[in-house]
Amino acid sequence: MSDQADPPQGDQDEVPFMQKLLDNPFQLLALGLITPTIFYLIWGLAEVVGIPMAP
Amino acid sequence: MADTLFRQCPRSGLFFHRTGESLMKAHAVFAVVFFLIGGIFGLLVMLTRMPSVHLLDAETFYMALSIHGTDILIFWIIFFEVAVLYFASSTLLRVRPAAPALGWLGFILMVVGSIMTTLTFLRGNSSVMFTSYVPMPAEPTFYLGLILFAVGALVGCFLFLATLVIAKREKTYDGSIPLVTFGALTACIIAILSILFGAVILIPTFLWSVGLIPEVDPLVYRTIWWGLGHSSQQINVSAQVAIWYAIAAIVFGATPMSEKVSRTAFLLYILFLQLASAHHLLVDPGIGSSWKVFNTSYAMYLAVLASMVHGLTVPGSIEVAQRRKGYTNGLFEWLRKAPWDNPVFSGMFLSLIIFGFLGGITGVIMGTEQINLIIHNTIFVPGHFHATVAVGTTLAFMAITYFLIPVLFQRELILPKLAKWQPYLFAGGMTMLVIFMLGAGTLGVPRRHWDVSFSDALMQYQYAGTAITMLGMAGLGGILAAVGGGAYVLIAVGSLVFGRRLDQNATLLASFGVPLKPGSYTLVRPERLGMTPAEAEGAVSHAAPGTFTLALVFLATFVVYFFINAKYLSSLWHMS
Ligand code: HEM
Ligand SMILES: [Cu+2]
Repeated sequence: MSDQADPPQGDQDEVPFMQKLLDNPFQLLALGLITPTIFYLIWGLAEVVGIPMAP
Repeated sequence: MADTLFRQCPRSGLFFHRTGESLMKAHAVFAVVFFLIGGIFGLLVMLTRMPSVHLLDAETFYMALSIHGTDILIFWIIFFEVAVLYFASSTLLRVRPAAPALGWLGFILMVVGSIMTTLTFLRGNSSVMFTSYVPMPAEPTFYLGLILFAVGALVGCFLFLATLVIAKREKTYDGSIPLVTFGALTACIIAILSILFGAVILIPTFLWSVGLIPEVDPLVYRTIWWGLGHSSQQINVSAQVAIWYAIAAIVFGATPMSEKVSRTAFLLYILFLQLASAHHLLVDPGIGSSWKVFNTSYAMYLAVLASMVHGLTVPGSIEVAQRRKGYTNGLFEWLRKAPWDNPVFSGMFLSLIIFGFLGGITGVIMGTEQINLIIHNTIFVPGHFHATVAVGTTLAFMAITYFLIPVLFQRELILPKLAKWQPYLFAGGMTMLVIFMLGAGTLGVPRRHWDVSFSDALMQYQYAGTAITMLGMAGLGGILAAVGGGAYVLIAVGSLVFGRRLDQNATLLASFGVPLKPGSYTLVRPERLGMTPAEAEGAVSHAAPGTFTLALVFLATFVVYFFINAKYLSSLWHMS
């Protein structure tokens, strides 16, 4: 659009970390699957499995 | 190339791809069919829970309750959500949908599965309700139907992601995906999680029902099942919030107050909302408090924070847009002068307010481990979730339907006067149902109970007269809501069949998903979607004092209600 000189190469890569994350559906998917699986599912099942058997 | 067939809607400027729009229509139509079935059974359930009517016998009551819960909570909502996924990807990003043949396969799986499960219910031997707790057995086709439906929905989710990839590769948009698409992405991610959890528990349960597995442990079932049952409700929350943003943009030309804040709030949903599944197990013995407290407080409050962000930025962005148009008098002129007789707006705004005030506040109450003891398994619980799914989600879907009928289906709305009143009828009836269910539940009336008068029970129990009166009042609200729901079906289906055609090619078959004649589409690629003004210009004006005042009212209500419940708890348990 503009015919200004290209900015120095280094600047172009400086997309903030959060924006990179928010722009990447697959990273979001991975986070969305891993977090509940660890904190809810695995931890929860570990509690259930840890209940001692009735004698 | 058949791939690049688009039409541009002259009324909205939106682009519809030929196959994409057929997929949207087919899913949306089936959604409404299941809304009708589920709604009829909801009315029957309600008429049974009204002590003065007590319509159905016990067996039929539990069958009706099973059909109501499953068909309306799962089939109506998920069919509609898959339609939303196609809309938010193909239409909003101006791109062809990925692998449409697979899309149809997913659709057929959903249709077969939902019909199979519903017919199994109707045979009468599978009245296990939508939670289907083991060891209560249902016929194998009940589980199989659910599994097929879920696989179909999963296909829809993956095709959504694939469509995002295509749009990025073919550079159909500048910058980031639009916020509404981002909300749909959130819904899609949560849906994939829900369906995976569901597979982990429902496949073994299906195998158990056909005798291939000796038993499924009830507590393991409950733990994993609620990973599905709770998370799937968060698909709804994300989809409905995406629709709120969409309607704010459609009706007011509002732009999000801050793209960054709204997207971060969706990220909080992705990370934390599903952990709150633990609130369904707060009274289950055998699971420790650390797990319960971590998942339902620390994690859940972050997700609640996100909902409050959306609940503020949507009206806030509307306020900013209205003030820019000159509605600047006092705190609330922007709201008073909003188009209250346009059901697209009124439906969306009622959805937002009632979801927040009734659904949100009661949700936090229920999610508090101690207070949960007062109302666990009482009719307070259905009171809460009718505020969230029946008003929040369902009314948002109804509102966007009124927009889609002319734009997607190319038909004029029939009965516009009725349409104007429909959101008020439905929301008014539902609010009454919700408030009286909450009240009766606080007085101890159980949920899922056929006869609280215990007329033929060996042990008698008498509920307070107020509680019984409240059930009756809830019933009146339910009847009103059913009338509002019926009006929606009448207007939606009636418009597809009898509504004036806004395009000569919008035939009856086209209303149900058959593509329009090729001549309706052009081969020209839509112009690339530009950046949103907020992205391009950075921050704009943010002053929204009216919304800020509303937020203070919300917080005050919350604090008072929380205190009342804590006080009530202390009086119930006589602690000294
Ligand atoms: C047409 C208006 C509606 C009426 C009159 C109605 C009424 C009822 C009643 C009386 C119950 C039973 C409460 C109990 O005994 O525990 C119930 C349960 C339920 N309703 Fe509705 N409802 C309506 C609409 C909806 C909508 C739109 C949704 C969701 C989108 C919904 C979702 C549910 C669910 C999930 C249950 C729980 C079923 C169970 O406990 O297994 N309802 N409803
Ligand atoms: Cu939940």
